Amino acid sequence: MQNVYLTILGMTAVTYLLRAVPLLLLNKAELPPVVLSWLRLIPPAVLGALTAQSIFLRGTAVTFRWNNIYLLAALPCFAIALKTKSLLWTIAVGLVSVIILNQFKPALF
Amino acid sequence: MQHQTRQGLIAAVPVMLGYVPLGFAMGVLAHGAGLGIGEVLAMSVLVYAGSAQFIAVGLFQAGAGAWSIVITTFLINSRLMLMSASLVPYLRKIPAGRLAALSYEITDESYAVSLGHFAGYEPEEKYLWGLFPACHLSWIVSTVLGAWVGNLIPHPEAFGLDYALTAMFICLLVFQLKDALTYFTAIVSGALALVIYVLVPGRWNLIIATVIAATVGVALQQRKALSEVGGK
Repeated sequence: MQNVYLTILGMTAVTYLLRAVPLLLLNKAELPPVVLSWLRLIPPAVLGALTAQSIFLRGTAVTFRWNNIYLLAALPCFAIALKTKSLLWTIAVGLVSVIILNQFKPALF
Repeated sequence: MQHQTRQGLIAAVPVMLGYVPLGFAMGVLAHGAGLGIGEVLAMSVLVYAGSAQFIAVGLFQAGAGAWSIVITTFLINSRLMLMSASLVPYLRKIPAGRLAALSYEITDESYAVSLGHFAGYEPEEKYLWGLFPACHLSWIVSTVLGAWVGNLIPHPEAFGLDYALTAMFICLLVFQLKDALTYFTAIVSGALALVIYVLVPGRWNLIIATVIAATVGVALQQRKALSEVGGK
């Protein structure tokens, strides 16, 4: 039996602690330059990991098949993101690519 | 309205528009998993974390227990801890109470946009008070809208809706790629995330990969700086 609202409250609590604690604790501390350089590399590292997982993790398995639709659709997404730097355009191109690729699915698999 | 607040609101527009398809997709999938509009609203107001919400919906659908959903949320969102820490150098002047409130609004997107702004301008608290709530509002409205019309869309995956999150990550990643070092760090982190996913049980792969990749990146940067000093 799931209690959805209680679960949501639990998710809220852990997520808020993760957001607030580092900012509040480290705010008064002097951080050495090497730590600052490290913190500046966190965003590309986080997003590299999230993107790779999102493309190559299908279900619970890592797949490197060329006919992975998520991989094929990622190519136009990268191109449009580099060109436009627009979240909206990238999502739009991603959705359209997946719809088109799904039409060719029987031929790909 | 203050100039900086307006700047923040303007910067929020692309994020707000990006949240529409993403939030809509999440609402539709939540509806399909049996969640009601009230539950989707509560999740978007309180949790406010896109990828964790997508994954939680999948877990609710699979009948997972409360603890496993909360722990998965913690692991997925552990990256927020690193983001929060990396905002420290910019937000030192803000008093603790308001900082506690602002930190509630850290997401992949609001974070990426505010860091982009801080790279070129003096970090201003008022800018964040424009940017952050606008992003949150868009997320709430679009997820609830998705849950509301969800019953009209019986097979959301046919419309590629489950790809919205991947496309968003790709764009946010591109925002962060500025030089050879950031490309290198992102690629190393991505490869590690997959390898660690296979080797290490539990969903620790994101945080382990991030920490190792950023550390390797800094080590390379420091070594390069040292050899340049030595060469002169």
